[in-house]
Amino acid sequence: MSNLPEELRYTKSHEWVKDNGDGTLTVGITDHAQDALGDLVYVELPEVGRQVGAGEACAVVESVKAASDIYSPLAGEVIEANPGLAEAPETVNQAPYGEGWLFKLRADAAALGALLDADGYAKTLEEDA
Amino acid sequence: MLIHELSRTGRRATAQAPLSTADVPALPESLRRRRRAALPEVSELQVVRHYTRLSQQNFSIDTHFYPLGSCTMKYNPRACHALASLPGFLARHPLAPASRSQGLLACLHDLQEILKEVTGMHAVSLAPAAGAQGEFAGVAMIRAYHAARGDTARTEILVPDAAHGTNPASAVMCGFEVREIPTGADGDVDIAALRQAVGPQTAGIMLTNPSTVGVFDRNIVQIAEVVHAAGGLLYYDGANLNAILGKVRPGDMGFDVIHMNLHKTFSTPHGGGGPGAGPVGVSARLEPYLPIPLAARDGDGYRWLTEVDRPASIGRLTAFGGNMGILLRAYVYARMLGREGMGRVAEYATLNANYLFKRLTDAGFEAAYPRRRASHEFIVTLRREARELGVTAMDFAKRLLDYGFHAPTTYFPLLVPECLLIEPTETETKEALDGFVEAMIQIRREAEENPDLLRGAPYSLPVRRLDDVRAARQLDLAWRPVGGDGQR
Repeated sequence: MSNLPEELRYTKSHEWVKDNGDGTLTVGITDHAQDALGDLVYVELPEVGRQVGAGEACAVVESVKAASDIYSPLAGEVIEANPGLAEAPETVNQAPYGEGWLFKLRADAAALGALLDADGYAKTLEEDA
Repeated sequence: MLIHELSRTGRRATAQAPLSTADVPALPESLRRRRRAALPEVSELQVVRHYTRLSQQNFSIDTHFYPLGSCTMKYNPRACHALASLPGFLARHPLAPASRSQGLLACLHDLQEILKEVTGMHAVSLAPAAGAQGEFAGVAMIRAYHAARGDTARTEILVPDAAHGTNPASAVMCGFEVREIPTGADGDVDIAALRQAVGPQTAGIMLTNPSTVGVFDRNIVQIAEVVHAAGGLLYYDGANLNAILGKVRPGDMGFDVIHMNLHKTFSTPHGGGGPGAGPVGVSARLEPYLPIPLAARDGDGYRWLTEVDRPASIGRLTAFGGNMGILLRAYVYARMLGREGMGRVAEYATLNANYLFKRLTDAGFEAAYPRRRASHEFIVTLRREARELGVTAMDFAKRLLDYGFHAPTTYFPLLVPECLLIEPTETETKEALDGFVEAMIQIRREAEENPDLLRGAPYSLPVRRLDDVRAARQLDLAWRPVGGDGQR
């Protein structure tokens, strides 16, 4: 079973969200997602200042197998995109929940309740397996 | 080794093409080269050896079983090549007038008619120079049709996730938004999701049937009704036409546009990126938009139809009429098969796929869609091997090369984990199929006993496992001279 931190929220499309407690959220892809994609070779991130809707495709990760859209888990404004990924996309493979985060949003954290918790996400992975 | 690395200044092979100098005094100074072109200077024998060696290293349909799913790697009969190479075809200048091209035009006209009949479409254009260009032309016609009706709110193309992988790109190239439609657990398009997705914004749907999960969508008539009722058009990707050739016609299923890959179904060579041919067929309402030129019969003779005859055409896709050599090969292939032979293509393609499917699943490999009969291809998922033995579909694929088999398509379609998409085609013998099954069983045994053996494969080829991640991260696409004799 892949690694699923309890403090994060998850989407069925394999993004994770962390509540930073200051009105901002950090978004990345799960350990399962990076494992399924394989070694990433390119990451395209949204521009800072962009307003994104919940479920809107706003980033792309590309591996040697496939290119996949990343969907914003919540509506909000992009306030930061991980600057290290352009040079080192492999960071997402190495530390999907840490240095391999994708972007940060200013968003209403109350909406997080609608996303999956670690157990709920684990169940969707079992259904797919 | 590149041929440039063999180069030595002043070495020549002039027997084939005597050295001559063109006199171009009018060429402006600003357009002239400052440095000599970096052309290799080699002897005739060096050229022969270099390219013979490369051809021997090639893993191809002429040398190996090549079950690359969704690509239809079937034998290319030599007769097609021989006839397309007749001097009257080879030596014809592309600007030769129709009056001096009657033989060629007659062949192209007949090919249009054959493709019309076998697909059930109203009209066909041979102009697209590849499958991708055929897709582009097809979607451009959908766009032209809606635009001509003033129906400009149709901005979306629906693409099922089991469609050919190129479809979303073609829709985007034509300026449409793509909306993905999921596939149900049994491999058919999720009709409920389709009903929810269609609307006044729907320009059309791009469908591959049989789909890339290797099954024929049983609800195709219903899909056509739903999309047509919403005002959209149906696009048929001909990637898997081999499975239904001479049996079921896309026109009868309700499709408005179709492209065919002649390098698949009609057995022209799969070039390394070309030349190709991707003819398009359309229903009556789209005929005005077909790309030009078209070959037409006019009394006793033949002529080209151009923008004069077809003012609403989406236009020309190439400078001339498409890749003639490829079209001629397909024409010969179609004439050799005849109507009855085309049906046999589909029968044996399907029989071979189902034989291989049955033998592999009997041997314990897991089918992605166990309840469905295969069309001309099928999917095996190696997720259990990946989980229990730690070897991936890619490891199996690489090890197959050591056994003398080209790998099936790996990791496509994306909706099936650790998948091999396997398409044997109709031109393989039972012995070749049995050999493939035995190799798969043997490789699984190796995986159980020594998984590192698979992870390091291949061992017997000119190159070992390539670092495709590093290659993609550090693109190095052009040879550059590094100085010194032979390297300039």
